[in-house]
Amino acid sequence: MTIDWSGVLAAPLRIVSRNDPELKEMLLSLAQSALPIGITGIEKRFGAVSILSDLSLDVAAGEFLTLLGPSGSGKTTLLMILAGFVRANAGSIKVGGEEIITMPPHKRNIGMVFQNYALFPHMNVFHNIAFPLKQRRVSAAETAERVERALDLVQLKGLGERRVDQLSGGQRQRVALARAIVFEPRIVLMDEPLSALDKSLREHMQIELRNLHRRLGMTTVYVTHDQREAITMSDRIAVMDAGRIEQIDQPEVLYARPRTKFVAGFIGESSFVPVESRNGSVWYEDRKLRMNDAAPSTGRHLMVVRPEKLRLIAGEPPGDVNVLPATVGDVIYQGDSFVCYATLRDGRQVTLRDYCRSDVLSRLPAPGEPVTLGIDAQDVVLVADQ
Amino acid sequence: MSLASASLDRAGRPDRGLNADALNADARREAHGLFALLSPGLFLVFAVIIVPVGWLFWLSLFDEAGQLSAANYARFFEQASYIKTFVTTFKVAFFVTGACVLFGYPLAYMLSQLPRRAASICLIFVILPFWTSVLVRTYAWLVILQRKGLVNTWLMDLGVIGQPLPLANNFAGVVIGMTHIMLPFLVLPLYASMKAIDVDCLRAGMNLGASPAATFRQIFFPLSLPGLASGLVIVFVLCLGFFVTPALMGGGKVIMWAMRMEQTTSLYSNWGAGAALGVVLLAVTLALLGLFHWLLGTRVTGVWSRR
Repeated sequence: MTIDWSGVLAAPLRIVSRNDPELKEMLLSLAQSALPIGITGIEKRFGAVSILSDLSLDVAAGEFLTLLGPSGSGKTTLLMILAGFVRANAGSIKVGGEEIITMPPHKRNIGMVFQNYALFPHMNVFHNIAFPLKQRRVSAAETAERVERALDLVQLKGLGERRVDQLSGGQRQRVALARAIVFEPRIVLMDEPLSALDKSLREHMQIELRNLHRRLGMTTVYVTHDQREAITMSDRIAVMDAGRIEQIDQPEVLYARPRTKFVAGFIGESSFVPVESRNGSVWYEDRKLRMNDAAPSTGRHLMVVRPEKLRLIAGEPPGDVNVLPATVGDVIYQGDSFVCYATLRDGRQVTLRDYCRSDVLSRLPAPGEPVTLGIDAQDVVLVADQ
Repeated sequence: MSLASASLDRAGRPDRGLNADALNADARREAHGLFALLSPGLFLVFAVIIVPVGWLFWLSLFDEAGQLSAANYARFFEQASYIKTFVTTFKVAFFVTGACVLFGYPLAYMLSQLPRRAASICLIFVILPFWTSVLVRTYAWLVILQRKGLVNTWLMDLGVIGQPLPLANNFAGVVIGMTHIMLPFLVLPLYASMKAIDVDCLRAGMNLGASPAATFRQIFFPLSLPGLASGLVIVFVLCLGFFVTPALMGGGKVIMWAMRMEQTTSLYSNWGAGAALGVVLLAVTLALLGLFHWLLGTRVTGVWSRR
């Protein structure tokens, strides 16, 4: 009798090469189940107070979209309406073309990660994650297998028997995530899931969540008030204020080309310099602004000045740079970079940040010194002066 | 090596560490101070719990002739009437607790789901009976439930019944009257534990595919169990030693433990026998509490304390 050793030898090799066909299959089925969301004309009032007014938003299949805004901007209310916990006064939500606005939450097949995780305290980690499968009458054997894979996915292998209160904040966060994706939902909603974690863990989880989303490809709607988090993780960001979407764009567009003063102020640091548009060109005091965009409608506008777009000009400025004469208020050395607070002639404060290259460092301005600040024509962004 | 360290010590370092004696003395002083602060409380516990219970136990060991004997305890096994009283007491406690759960759980659930303002108004109606004397409430029930009372008169006027229902002066009367008095003891801890349930947990349940009924069964109910258990224990234990209501509503037919004690001491002036009844009731109550703790402590109350 001869023994075929090849199969026996290959088995461990397959595991080592991480070519787990089951995991692949799970990832594939998740990616295929991703559906687009069409939100149209959502209205929500509490009594006389309008929370959301005529809000429309399209989320592409597999997209990671973030609702970003200050508290009270209506972002959490919108998420609650999506999950079905809050009833809108009007509007439509279509998931893959199917209207779900009147569907009860337990039939929506949407996974959600809550701000405080909302893990069930009377169940261990395994039973928490198995809960959605149990509701769907999945067999015990398959449940065990899928929970195991979900635990593996969030790097909590072997912690199934732990009680919820034996877990750290980061681990609870992972359990909540595993529970929200184990039943392969059409959409995943996350309500400030990282806000309870400390800074370094939060930054770590941001990267991890983003990678997980890239692997699984589920349509994700994420709510946060942390602009840095939104920029780090999102495909697109919808900036919300007072129940309306101010702007929805990719993070880099949102940062480079904010369309309103609110967006410019909320995302990143900005100083605003008043300018005036007349006769097809834009004027800052008596200087004509050089800019790539066409001049906006006649009237007063604000130029959005980002700290890193400003630079110190020594000598004659190049042709496509706008110059702003200013007086240095304070210079703060921060190791890798420095920050310079300067006052323009009209008394407005602007901030400049630059890296401490040796050529810059050698001629750092002193407080009280008059300087010339420059901003490139391509970096000039104007918003309406509200 | 040893030489070097020894010389270091000789160089002026105290061998027990810097200020070790002063710090020890300070710790001792603090301990004495704390004990002094605690002593009034300890004295009170000693004076009103330890001494009377000890005295009760001491009394129970003497028979009517003043001789040291176990006769008072032997009576429990010899006289059928004692055993009957014991059984009745547990039967009443069991039925009253059952009725309290039956009415109290839905009531507490409703209170926990009402808006804050409405809940606090409704809660007043739950607590209001607390401020009325037990005696007054028991007589009120007597008026309502007796042969020619409100309930029977109405039911007969409406033609629902031909004969008055036996609602007072019997077992049913005792259970009705006591349920009314015990209900707040169950509702309040239950309400507190229901209010403590995270709304997001229930939302998560529904979000993960559980219908409202399934969410109640699998999440809300298990999380309300610690409150239910503590309410249940309070009601059951209070029932075991209850006196006024069974004495008035039982019509002399329902003899509970506390009534037996009263008879033994004031009617027969047999203090030893009465004391033995007290000791047994206390022992049984403590044993029950221990049993509850053992049964529920590991599973139900554990969830609570671990949160």
